[in-house]
Formats: sequence, C-alpha cells, structure tokens
Amino acid sequence: MSDEKPAEKQAEKPAEKQGPEKAVEQAATDQSPENASEALGEPGLEIRAVGERHGMFGVKGSGDTSGYGGLVAPVVLPGAAQRPYGGWFDAVADKLDPLIEQVVIHRGEITFHVHRDNLVAVMKLLRDDAALRFEFLSGVSGVHYPGDAGRELHAVYHLASYTWNRRIRVETSAPDGDPHIPSLVPVYPAADWHERETWDMYGIQFDGHPALTRILMPDDWPGHPQRKDYPLGGIPVEYKGATVPPPDQRRSYN
Amino acid sequence: MSTDTSSTDFYADPSETTEGKVFTVTGQDWSEIGAGLGEGDAAERVVVNMGPQHPSTHGVLRLILEIEGETVTEARCGIGYLHTGIEKNMEYRTWTQGVTFCTRMDYLSPFFNEMTYVLGVERLLDIEDDIPEKAQVMRVLLMELNRISSHLVCIATGGMEIGALTVMTIGFRERELVLDLFELITGLRMNHAFIRPGGVAQDMPPGALDQIRDFVALMKKRLPEYAALCNANPIFKARLENVGHLDIEGCMALGLTGPVLRSTGYGFDLRKAQPYCGYETYDFDVQTWDTADSYGRFRVRLNEMWESLRIIEQAADRLAKLEGAPVMVADKKVAWPSQLSIGSDGMGNSLDHIRHIMGESMEALIHHFKLVTEGFRVPAGQAYVPIESPRGELGAHVVSDGGTRPFRAHFRDPSFNNLQAMGVMSEGGQIADVIVAIASIDPVMGGVDR
Repeated sequence: MSDEKPAEKQAEKPAEKQGPEKAVEQAATDQSPENASEALGEPGLEIRAVGERHGMFGVKGSGDTSGYGGLVAPVVLPGAAQRPYGGWFDAVADKLDPLIEQVVIHRGEITFHVHRDNLVAVMKLLRDDAALRFEFLSGVSGVHYPGDAGRELHAVYHLASYTWNRRIRVETSAPDGDPHIPSLVPVYPAADWHERETWDMYGIQFDGHPALTRILMPDDWPGHPQRKDYPLGGIPVEYKGATVPPPDQRRSYN
Repeated sequence: MSTDTSSTDFYADPSETTEGKVFTVTGQDWSEIGAGLGEGDAAERVVVNMGPQHPSTHGVLRLILEIEGETVTEARCGIGYLHTGIEKNMEYRTWTQGVTFCTRMDYLSPFFNEMTYVLGVERLLDIEDDIPEKAQVMRVLLMELNRISSHLVCIATGGMEIGALTVMTIGFRERELVLDLFELITGLRMNHAFIRPGGVAQDMPPGALDQIRDFVALMKKRLPEYAALCNANPIFKARLENVGHLDIEGCMALGLTGPVLRSTGYGFDLRKAQPYCGYETYDFDVQTWDTADSYGRFRVRLNEMWESLRIIEQAADRLAKLEGAPVMVADKKVAWPSQLSIGSDGMGNSLDHIRHIMGESMEALIHHFKLVTEGFRVPAGQAYVPIESPRGELGAHVVSDGGTRPFRAHFRDPSFNNLQAMGVMSEGGQIADVIVAIASIDPVMGGVDR
C-alpha cells in the first residue's frame, strides 16, 4: 500500500519548468492527451491526433480475456502554445512569424512547425539573422507517424545558437505518398550525412542533396527500416524446451 | 580477366568492372599491379579502399581514397558496417530497458549514451528537479571517469597508429584502472545500463570512494608521463602538427564539436554553456588550444583529463557527505522497485525486497510486477537534452506517444557527425596523414553506425 503514495505529490506539483531563461510553460493539463482538446478550447486551434492506441497489449491475437484489448485512445502530442511564450521564445517567434505553421512549447523546449516549402527560407533566416544566429545544426531526426494523415513523415532539426546560447527545434513533414523535403545541405553542410541517414531509414527524399544514397544499410537494401510499417524481424528462440518469440511478437504493453 | 599477370592467386587477379580495373592487393605484388595499370588515365588516377578491416581505421571504417602517388586527392568514408538497429530495437522495449540498448552504441563512452537518453526521458516525465542529489553526483563522477578512459583510448590508439607503441601500452594500462572502478561501482566494465530514468541503479559499494581517491592520486603521477613522452617529442610533433587542419569556420559549417572545436581556440563546452546534472556547481576550466590541428586536439584531450580529475575529486568529496542518501527518485511509479544485493548465489534482488513482496504485501508484489513487466508511461511529447561527451555534442531525440515504450529514440552521435570532416581534413595531404586526421577526430564506429 505504502508503495502508491508519492504519485499524488507528483500530480500536485505546479507544472513550472525552467526553460532557458524561464519560459512560460503551458499548464500540465494542456499537455496530457486526455485533456488537450478541452483545455485549449480556443477556436481556430486544431488539435491533431497523430495516432490511435488500441488495447493495452501491443500484440494482437494472443487470447486477451481481460477486455482491456478493446480500449481505443487517441495519441495526441502537446498542442500549440499561446502568446506570450515567455523569455526569448517570443523574440525568435516574431522573426519567423509569417513562415511558421505552429509553435509548440513543451517542457521548456520550443518547436517551430514549418511547412516544407518554407523550410529553407526559415533555416537561412535562423542562421543569418544577427538576432537569431543559430549557427549550429546538430542533425536531422526522422519520425514516422503512420496515423498523422497527410503528414506521416516528420523531419526534426535541432539547432543551437552559440552566440546567444539558445536551442530550438524545427519540425517539418511530408506525406507518405510524396516524401519530398528540401535539402538543407546548402545552408548547413553538416546536414549531409544526417539527411542520408534519414533517407536510408525513412525514405524521405531530400531534394537538392548532392548525393542522397544509403549510408548505414547496404546499397541494395529493400525498404526503409525505421518506418513503423517495417517489421523489427527476429526469430523465435528455444530455451530449455520453451520458445521465446521475437520482441515484436511478444505479449507486451503499449 | 587479365592475361599478362603471372599471379596464381585467383582472388588477386585484376578484373574489369564498369568502374575500371580492380586489383585486390594482398601484399608483395606491387610490381605486378604497377605493370598492370599500364599507361594513360588508369595510371594517373588510382582509387584505394582502405578498410573496412584495417588496423588503423578505428574499427570497421572504410576509407575510399583517390590517390596520386602518395597524395590523397579525394577522400570519402564508407560507414554502416557496425549498424545494429539499436534505435529500432529501443522502440520494442520499455523506457527503462532502452538504457540497456543505448549503452552499447558508443562503446567507449557508455555512460554518456545512457545519460543523454535518461535526461530526455526525465524531461518528458517532468522529474528533472526530483532526481536525488546523490544520483546526480554519481552520474557526474561516472561520466568524468568515463571521459578519462575514453580520452586514454583515443590517445593510445592514435599513438599506436603512428608507431608510438609506448603511448598505447601506457594508455591501456591506465584505462584498465578506470574499468576496474566501473566494475566495482556498476558490476560491469562496459555496457553498464547503470544510469536509469529517475537516478542510478545502485548505491556506491563500500570502499569505492577510497579506491577512487587512490586512482586520482595515481593518475596525478601518471598523466605527466604522457606529457613527457609526447608533448615535445620531435617525431610525435612532426606527425601531428599542421595535420588534419580544420578552423572554426569549418567546424561550425560541418557541425563539429568537442575537442576538434576546442582545438580551434573556441572554448565551447556544454558542461559550461548548458549545464546538466549540476555541472554548474563544479569548479573546472574548459580546455582549448589554438592550432586547429591534430596536435592541438591531443593537447586538449590531455588537459581535459586533468580537469576531469578535478571534478572527480569534488564529486568524491560530496559523496562522502551523502552516505546513505537515496539514489533513485522518490516517485514509486517511476523508481525501480528493488535494489540489488549479493546473495549466496551471486547478485540479485535483495532478500529483504523478496521477503516484502512475497511474504508481506500483495500490493507491493502487484506494483513490482506491473512496473517491471509493463514499465511506466511517459507523457506524449519530444525532448532533446544534449551533453558533452568525450567526442562532442551527444544528444538523444526522445519521442513519446504516451506509451510504455519509446515511440522514437534517435541519437545524434558526435562521431557520426564529425567523421564528415574526414575529407576536408585529409584531402591534399599524404596517405599517412589520413590516419592521423581520423585519429584526431576519435570516431567510435559503434556510435557512428548505431
């Protein structure tokens, strides 16, 4: 019994976080998936579910008698933030305003969602503007949201400004059917290998990349392994008479 | 198949491909190859594959060099030989199990891999401020010990590749002492999975602080040996100075961080600029050099080991005052339910804990079972908390969909990024300098390929 107590304390704690220079954080209720749509309640603000979670167990067809297998819950990422964002976030957002789709502030980190058509312009501005000076692109990280219709493939860029000691995230997306995102190699040469890796793993084609070839997988490999529709693979392992199925076929929680 | 060769080695016979004539060099057949090249274009432009299995390429790194005589005119890397799909695998395990995977990426700096991932998870859980002080001090202590062991391997293998074998033997001698400390504290020499979301896996074992102090005292005697062997050694300097040059503009454009960036004179260190784990409360200096070459990077690493020793001493002093303090967050919904202890049959769950869940409390048993099999849920969102690894900015982009497993974990490994500079550093130089340039980047292929 005593094991359960501290969870309460956790929930009551004010959801204030130290951003770089104390950003205004959205209340915790705004961020939890269940409450997102009510809490934000502002007209014109779109809350997108990026997926659906079915049941409690990751694997289907394993004789679930609990009834929990029928649960359906939307997967909702933190929604758009409201002005003022607090600290230097506003100053950066002011500069980018016409070019960005949405600003998300979560746990003290700011994310600018940018349409792929504006990506290069935004990045150029971020790099060159004296008040922004994000000189450092740390890399590209792909994320595949199969449930986010029309924007399944996300490319996430983490930038740092050494001049101002700031960090931001820029996120853009492309649909599965048209996986094209402009390359950032002309702006940030560091993106070269990172874009090749994201092409290799997700099949995002970075238009304008000097040599978009596979980098980690063999050149003739079929498919893009990090996509959610690509199976993990593996074989059952027999040990002392029992058979352990591969990780993606084990009964698990999701 | 060529007919003008007397070789009887089937595999060494030159063959014609769409790219030109291909020779497999097995040694002692240089004259045949020279003759086989003939006249004209082929004799001018030779592409050499160095690696992936080559003693000087830091693991399975393949270098594709276009050479003219001994001069490298174009250099490219071929990577991916050590790709193991760790990021994909992490999507199929709980958040806590993820540590067990990512510790294996950059195998020379396992604690840094664990740390950046765990910091991301803790940020998403919103428990960053609840981590016990002792856990943070232990993390800093382990990371700085790890920085020393990693820099030692860099200096040791870098020395070996240019023929300085003594540097190699003494480097591995000292690294062994660090690994002994790791074994004492975590139970393993590498692949520790010791830093967990919420704290660390285990408290300090009795006597560990004394051994750490002994190690620091010994290192203070031995680190000057490296300086005495190398710093003013004319052969060493001749091989390293002005080799692998990359100035600050090049570093920023190609996203290079760590000792390579600091060797240009720019003192950027995430431990100072964006502190984590309480680094702002430790007294240490950022080490820089101003030559922007391989020699400068060697000196930066050497000096950083001294700074790490300073931090370790301060951490050890703090740990001495934190006897018996918790090393895991108090929130029982996140904290691993049991501590380990030594029993008659080796290390396992502590007997007190087993007695509690099996004999005293049904709820505790349910709680243990749920947390160990299902794990905890992490609120949906994404986080990126970079840290200063021995090679530069290491960061994990952690994405959660609100489930018990990472939706995506991507590691921005500094070796992967820094290796992009290999071409810029070595084109126009000699083949022998390619080795020096790569050694000065200090890539670890486990981290590059993940």
